Amino acid sequence: MSKNTALKNKAKLKLKDGSIFEGTVFGYQSSTAGEVVFNTGMVGYPETLTDPSYKGQILVMTYPLIGNYGIPEFNSEDDLPNNFESNKIQVQGLIVSDQSEHFSHWNAFQSLSNWLKKYHVPGLFGVDTRRITKILREHGTMLGKILIGEEKIDYYNPDIENLISKVTVKYKETFGSGGAKILLIDCGCKKSILTNLLQRNVTVLRVPYDYDFSGENFDGVVISNGPGNPAVYKQLVSSTQKLLKRQVPILGICMGHQILSLAAGAKTYKLKYGHRSQNQPVKEVDSNKCYVTSQNHSFAVDTKSLPRGWEPWFENLNDYSNEGIRHEKLPFRSVQFHPEAAPGPVDTSFIFDEFLKDLK
Amino acid sequence: MKHKKVLIIGSSALKIGEAGEFDYSGSQAIKALKEEGIFTILINPNIATIQTSDYLADKVYLLPINTHYVERVIKKEKPDGIILGFGGQTALNCGLALHREGILKKYKVQVLGTQIDAIENTEDRQLFCNKLSEIDVKFPQSKAVNRVEDAIQYAEEIGFPVIIRIAYALGGLGSGICRTKNEVKKIASKALSYSSQILVEEYLEGWKEIEYEVVRDKYDNCITVCNMENIDPMGIHTGESIVVAPSQTLSNNEYHKLREIAIRTIRHLGIVGECNIQYALDPDSEDYRVIEVNARLSRSSALASKATGYPLAFVAAKLALGYGLHELPNSITKTTKAFFEPALDYIVIKVPRWDLKKFRLVKRKLGSSMKSVGEVMAIGRKFEETIQKAMRMLDIGVEGLTASRTKVEFEELEEALKNPTEERIFAVIQALKQGYSVDWVHSLTHINKWFLYKIQNIVNIEKKIGNHKSISKELLLEAKQHGFSDRQIANLLGKDAHDVYILRKKYSINPFIQHIDTLAAEYPAKTNYLYLSYNSTIHDFDFKLKDSIVIIGSGPYRIGSSVEFDWCCVNTGKTLRELGHKTVIVNCNPETVSTDYDQSDALFFEELTTETIWEIYDAIKPKGVIVSMGGQTPNNLALKLHKIGIKILGTSPQSIDKAEDRSKFSAMLDELGIEQPEWSKLSTLQDALVFANKVGYPVLVRPSYVLSGAAMAIATDDIELTKFLQKAVDVSPESPVVISKFLVNAKELEFDAVAQNGKIICSAISEHVENAGVHSGDATLVLPAQRTYLETIRQIKKFSSDISKSLNINGPFNIQFLAKDNKVKVIECNLRASRSFPFISKTLKKNFIEVATRVIVGKKVEVIPDNIYSLDYVGVKAPEFSFTRLEGADPTTGVEMASTGEVACLGDDFDEAFLKALVAVGYRFPIRSIFISSGTIESKSELLEPARQLIKLGIIFYATPGTAKFMKANDIPVETLEWPISGKSPNSIELLKSGKIDLVINIPKNFQEEELTNDYLIRRTAVDYKIPLITNRQLAMRLAEALSNKNPLNLTIKSWDEY
Repeated sequence: MSKNTALKNKAKLKLKDGSIFEGTVFGYQSSTAGEVVFNTGMVGYPETLTDPSYKGQILVMTYPLIGNYGIPEFNSEDDLPNNFESNKIQVQGLIVSDQSEHFSHWNAFQSLSNWLKKYHVPGLFGVDTRRITKILREHGTMLGKILIGEEKIDYYNPDIENLISKVTVKYKETFGSGGAKILLIDCGCKKSILTNLLQRNVTVLRVPYDYDFSGENFDGVVISNGPGNPAVYKQLVSSTQKLLKRQVPILGICMGHQILSLAAGAKTYKLKYGHRSQNQPVKEVDSNKCYVTSQNHSFAVDTKSLPRGWEPWFENLNDYSNEGIRHEKLPFRSVQFHPEAAPGPVDTSFIFDEFLKDLK
Repeated sequence: MKHKKVLIIGSSALKIGEAGEFDYSGSQAIKALKEEGIFTILINPNIATIQTSDYLADKVYLLPINTHYVERVIKKEKPDGIILGFGGQTALNCGLALHREGILKKYKVQVLGTQIDAIENTEDRQLFCNKLSEIDVKFPQSKAVNRVEDAIQYAEEIGFPVIIRIAYALGGLGSGICRTKNEVKKIASKALSYSSQILVEEYLEGWKEIEYEVVRDKYDNCITVCNMENIDPMGIHTGESIVVAPSQTLSNNEYHKLREIAIRTIRHLGIVGECNIQYALDPDSEDYRVIEVNARLSRSSALASKATGYPLAFVAAKLALGYGLHELPNSITKTTKAFFEPALDYIVIKVPRWDLKKFRLVKRKLGSSMKSVGEVMAIGRKFEETIQKAMRMLDIGVEGLTASRTKVEFEELEEALKNPTEERIFAVIQALKQGYSVDWVHSLTHINKWFLYKIQNIVNIEKKIGNHKSISKELLLEAKQHGFSDRQIANLLGKDAHDVYILRKKYSINPFIQHIDTLAAEYPAKTNYLYLSYNSTIHDFDFKLKDSIVIIGSGPYRIGSSVEFDWCCVNTGKTLRELGHKTVIVNCNPETVSTDYDQSDALFFEELTTETIWEIYDAIKPKGVIVSMGGQTPNNLALKLHKIGIKILGTSPQSIDKAEDRSKFSAMLDELGIEQPEWSKLSTLQDALVFANKVGYPVLVRPSYVLSGAAMAIATDDIELTKFLQKAVDVSPESPVVISKFLVNAKELEFDAVAQNGKIICSAISEHVENAGVHSGDATLVLPAQRTYLETIRQIKKFSSDISKSLNINGPFNIQFLAKDNKVKVIECNLRASRSFPFISKTLKKNFIEVATRVIVGKKVEVIPDNIYSLDYVGVKAPEFSFTRLEGADPTTGVEMASTGEVACLGDDFDEAFLKALVAVGYRFPIRSIFISSGTIESKSELLEPARQLIKLGIIFYATPGTAKFMKANDIPVETLEWPISGKSPNSIELLKSGKIDLVINIPKNFQEEELTNDYLIRRTAVDYKIPLITNRQLAMRLAEALSNKNPLNLTIKSWDEY
């Protein structure tokens, strides 16, 4: 498709409240529906788009220039480029202000547009993304659809679905050959969580989110990030409760944090428009230590609902929502943000070290 | 808080490498300290700054920044803390010297924020590299050497090309790239003349240049507020580069790898407050080098503050006092904290502004040292939109990146791409327009292809429009979204800009107001920091600005328009707000205080063009616009804005036109019976010669229009005039020249005033030390006038009053007068605030701008009586030249302005104020030896008496052969030095290089010297070796008298309010 025809390919983003935004199609030419969310990160679109936590969502990038450095080459499942968090694009659709058909980077293989096409993901550019962001900020996250041509589709609400089942691994698999053995419960795990663990010289047994691990031996458990509403995953919560009884060291990340909190007896709630950015400031409770973190979540843990024995670990400096919890005595801890970064700042990778210390 | 009394060191005069950004950072620091109830003392002789206002620091010392003066102020004021990080390299170097000389310890003054050892670790290259090695951070292979031979040896060891740098230097002074052994020899010897230690480093050609602004608090919390990418890669000083924020071509890995290294490095160095780290990043891998860390607020940090809305200087000052980042609010959102990293939803582009064409013989090639004098910052939502805005903001005559009526074109395209000058961006566009590939341009410039693709998009749209001669709604919108101005589109269609405007309105194509909010709309913004974009669909703007007053700022700093106009704009805004008016500032210069969002009710970081101001005017519906405070740029807009129906407040646009249009102005003066030097507007060489012979030489020649820097000149005979009109400028009916009679040995005076309904409310007369022939911006100004006849003053007052009445002036104005033999003539009249308004306001302690602002909004003001006869002190304003940085430039003064900044000092008499001002611009005392070359015979005899006075003080004289002969004949002992190109010894150049000369007096024989003469070599060597240089006779005479009357080492220390 030449650039001229691309310019003529007008399409719309329609929000549930009826507002309509015109743009031009790039990527795959097909209508789609999902929950419309925005992310304010300024770099890392390949990482973001391959993050399984975005399952079911149409992503609006607030940074206006996207696709500048292209997309790296993807050869095989076992050899993901380090800009990929999973083996495919996970978002339902992409909305940007300006996309670069011509890219420039030593590591680039194709344009963002081509890549979207390959994974059948539609994109719109030339859209007033700031205007959408303000609507989402005021009214909260909303369902929406990208409408291309005459094709009609229904709204789709990912919150009521078991999205994790769509992004978790199919089989268990062992990685590395280090001393400690870590059970990684994959709820749609970002690749960087695995690589961060492996860099610390451990063995990782990655299992599907509904895996029966009662027969496995392990020294610690990591519950990964993942998409959707934590309250939907009742079985995962109850199997986490079993882990708590075993008193095995646990680290929860993002969805894993919400699951651990629910398992502990706390409550979660949906944020108005979530935290999706690479500049979320968090502070360690009762200290002066602050960190800039990468985040991507719609739901949060209600600090007030934490049962006895548990304490808040981190809090968000913008809205004071909970950013982490830990048990007062036992080796259970979790964080709402992404210590593995990718995309985003690597300030909190020490979380993995703290967890591994618990193992001893 | 622990500290009660804190001393802040300013950055002195604006110079290349250290400009208005330090007025901004210093002002912020003072505000931050005052908020804590700390008594603040400021030392800064830059009288045109906001920070030296009476409402900021508790005590202001308009004194030179060196250990001598700072120690004496410390002794007097006894501060318990000192802040070094807000006055650029000047303040930092002074702080290090105070520490080394034990002064801080002696008076128990504690350094706030980043400590001395950390500063030393960033400033001393070897210590710096050691520190980086300790944490496995890579830096360019480099070695410090003290001898040229060692430099050559090391260069050969690491391989060419190499770069030579100096530790402790402003803006890369004296550094250079060497590709051969000979180049190392040349550059190393020169660099070693500035510093005993130089560095030879691997040169990373074509590597990306990336910067991060890092903030750290005492709790070790650390953030990077902004990163920036230079479009011009390594090899071109970052101050000379077009810069984008945030970086555009870095992947997540690269961005966060460098961010992590930045934080690791800054923690290891122990910086508390703000700093800047610069990297080179391999374009073909993730390999990197740390180039340098500036442990202070910098030009980049000012840019980052304006680019993101994060008030770096203010926060850094609070951190220096011991706050944590999480304890400070985000002053934009007010709901979140200062511990966060801004997310931008727009792109920012900075473009430097150069004035190289104002300098004779200057080397125009850009490299590793800085030559630009100012910068603009554009904001948009597309690269194309933003870069085109930036090009217009530069105010160099172009109407965008392309499709301007003014063409910048190159015959040697490849050469222009390969060897960058300040015009290279136009070579890029020319190449793409001519069909050369992005790859080809990249191979010559190393500019990342992503930027070139975007520029290619602009070219493509230009072609699309050009092919059609009419324009569809879709294409018009696309063009606007890619930053084309109505004027550019009109040029392509062969129409008038107004036609395009009408068409645009018909299609409802308008720009929309957007907010800068630090968090990409994630949280609501409570402030008013705005820009316009065509890549939006709705005004993001809900506050009421109806009936507000718009102040048009000065645009980029450049030679002739600088911080003084920012002072005027800020004071206008302040007065308006005190009077209960809502204010809106439009400006595009990130180095200014006026673009701080707390200076106005709304700030538009926008172009100062008719089109943009019209759009803003339509969107907000203000009461009117003030064009008389930002210098010539807004003044030039007056009539255009008036014609499209914009209400201009203050003096009427018709009157402004009458003063600006030479013919109209002359007619008025004739009517009033006021004389001016004879002049005529001529469009052929023949007419010019006839006129010049009629009025008699010398004559002053002023071309009607020259791109980026006017070329005025004085011609003394037919040959010079012919040469100038044939070589330097085109003379034609389309571009006539104005020629006027030049009065020799006339005195020049400035009349600055405010009038209401034509009646003068307050006024000040300052005299120039230098006779006419030196541009008023380069002249040394004295207030009150000390050597002017009462009769002259009486005539000036009378003429000014008549002119003011005749033009019915309502607001500030300035008239320049010539006086000779008690006869006064008018040179020019500007119906706006002039460069000297801050100087006269602060010297006389009455704020002329405040008065003018009241007049402009129609408040009745009372006449303020003149107090100059009861004034028991004198103010002297002196120019700062940046010749040392302008390689090759002939360091003389003339009818074209050359200075980049100014200082002013007060004293109990002229001599005292004059000597202080000279020290503040770099003169060093005591003077033990002078090398003189005294010019014409007339000048030789006039300089005899001063020489005798100086001999009495024990000063030794050296002179060039002619001058020496003349002095000897008049019984003045002198040693003869041979002319530079004579090849004979003792040669002047040798002696200059030996460091035995404390002052050079070199009076040019005529007004225009074209060749590389002996005199040029003497002057150039003097500035290259940092020897104070005087090229004006009157200046030399006043200096001799002042030194005879005063001991320059024991001048009074008084704060501004003690006068």
